[in-house]
Amino acid sequence: MKECKVRECVLIKEKLTDLSGYKIADRYSGLAKEVKIEMLKKMYQIRYFENEAEQFILKGMIYGTCHLYIGEEANAVGAINAIRKDDWIASHHRGHGHCITKGSDINIMMAELIGKGNGYCKGKGGSMHIADMDTNNLGANGIVGGGMGVAVGAALTNKLKKKDGVVICFIGDASTNTGIFHESLNLASVWKLPLIYYCENNQYGMSTAIKNSTNIKNLSERKASYGIEGVTIDGNNVVDVYNVVSYFAQECRAGKGPVLIEGLTYRHRGHSRHDQQFYRTKDEVEQWKEHDPIKRYQEFLIESGLLTADEAQKIENEAIADIKAAAVFAENSPYPDLKEVDTDVYAD
Amino acid sequence: MSELTYLEAIRDGIREVMKEDENVFMLGEDIGIHGGSFSLSSGLLAEFGPERIRDTPISEAVIIGAAVGSALTGMRPIAEIMFSDFIGCGMDQVLNQAAKVRYMFGGKGSVPMVLRAPTGGGSGFGPHHSQSLEAIFAAIPGLKVVMPSCAYDAKGLFISSVYDNNPVIFLEHKYLYKNKKYAQEVPAGIYTIPLGKGEIKRAGKDISIVASSYMVQKSLEAAEILYKEKQIDCEVVDIRTIRPLDIDIILESVKKTGKLMCVEEACSFGSFMGEVITQVTEKAFDFMDAPPLRIAGKDCPVPYSAILEQEMLPSIDKIKDGILKVLGKS
Repeated sequence: MKECKVRECVLIKEKLTDLSGYKIADRYSGLAKEVKIEMLKKMYQIRYFENEAEQFILKGMIYGTCHLYIGEEANAVGAINAIRKDDWIASHHRGHGHCITKGSDINIMMAELIGKGNGYCKGKGGSMHIADMDTNNLGANGIVGGGMGVAVGAALTNKLKKKDGVVICFIGDASTNTGIFHESLNLASVWKLPLIYYCENNQYGMSTAIKNSTNIKNLSERKASYGIEGVTIDGNNVVDVYNVVSYFAQECRAGKGPVLIEGLTYRHRGHSRHDQQFYRTKDEVEQWKEHDPIKRYQEFLIESGLLTADEAQKIENEAIADIKAAAVFAENSPYPDLKEVDTDVYAD
Repeated sequence: MSELTYLEAIRDGIREVMKEDENVFMLGEDIGIHGGSFSLSSGLLAEFGPERIRDTPISEAVIIGAAVGSALTGMRPIAEIMFSDFIGCGMDQVLNQAAKVRYMFGGKGSVPMVLRAPTGGGSGFGPHHSQSLEAIFAAIPGLKVVMPSCAYDAKGLFISSVYDNNPVIFLEHKYLYKNKKYAQEVPAGIYTIPLGKGEIKRAGKDISIVASSYMVQKSLEAAEILYKEKQIDCEVVDIRTIRPLDIDIILESVKKTGKLMCVEEACSFGSFMGEVITQVTEKAFDFMDAPPLRIAGKDCPVPYSAILEQEMLPSIDKIKDGILKVLGKS
């Protein structure tokens, strides 16, 4: 796969094998061809889901706000494919990609985005709160770092019930400066919990560049404070993400405690619906787009002889069709019954 | 059946549920070998081991967050925060996570956790260790808030709180903890008192006094004094649970006595008893023979110096004066 050379901090695939002395095996190569192709399909599905969500924003159908994952797809797809279905994830406000990859239904997700009664949260949560307990997804979260306590609890359940499950807690770069980041990593390290902190460093917390809010080069350096393992990887390279998360998931299952992975990535769109992006240049955006995770992975699959250009086009077309169908499903879905407004506050 | 203090009754409740349900565990600061700041969990580490009695760092946010996450995934955690004032350090986990998860998830998932914390003043702990914050928690839909007034209720309400499928803020009055005066016969084993059900702690015909926690005890004392001195017959309603609120027991009492006085330790402005008075006024105005009154803490932090603290908190004399005022006998 082609190297990603945007910004000096981006690490390159061949360095991974000797990175901090970790012997990260290439588990990706051993995957069945179907799984490798499926990963591309998921990435396309996320991309077009987000494109459609953007259309809904432009058409005024998304009430409130919505945060798009375009450009970051390799993180969710690589990481979640590296764990099991019965493993838990906790997500953040830019969470559609995690939800789709964990196995949620795109129709029901799309319905939630536009506030319909048959959405995942019956229209009560919206984009920032989609959760799916059936796929072991503890939900997106409207509070930066908000999932970091919950993830500790889920990992603690695994430990107390003597299960070998792991939890991936997806966080963004800006969450590493919250108080709960410290409390969460510290406690998880003291209790040696099976918890993978996967930090998607998309370079900005809203408009604030991470380099302006943080005095270290790589966020994974924070591992030193907790005596845990951690690496910074190319988050736009789905193969790397898969390999690294696979490696650390195994370490977690073996009881070695939490890990902090930083995936370097980039959001192609603004923070949310109203963002004129004064804080970055078009050049920077274009540079990162050259390292588009989907384009890179597709080229890799074609070069590896696993896929033809025609087959790739077919996969893309199918994703477009699936998402269009999801949008139609959502638009045709009923709004919530007003009687539902104050139900589900308490459990029986 | 044996005579237990309020603190011993809660400890007994913890022990009983931990023996019965292996999904119950406890986490908090210094709860293990030290037995907690008030020795409430004394002996539990020896009995249940460090996996289930988990000492944590001083990290209120992740203590509460871990309780939320473990509850969501099948456990029944009991999280202890050393003083209810410190919940402020982990408030996001209470306000935005614990309370809202079920609603945000469209009714899927539940958070069966108990957040225990000593509360209230009267012990000389000063502004950061003495507050009564129940109105803040009660104003958040999704939370239940329990404030027991006596040892028997404390154990029964605690066990109900553990088996409730919602996040329960269980506020224990630190002045009641070890006070032998308030020790009571408490049954051994498991028994429950339903959340959301108040109790008439003293039946009477002249005025309804509504209170919770330690203020129930003070109100009972004031009632006995006034009965002896002036044959005034007060009814003392212990609401026991702040949310859900048993408004029916209050309304029934007010319809009988025609008069309402509420007693609480919290600062009066924006207080929980303001809610009680509003509801009674909305629902039983025609039955009221006199304006309702609230005896509450003064609108300032709980001060350190003993004489200032007494001045800030409701006292038996202030409660007596309030009763006489409502009855037009002051």
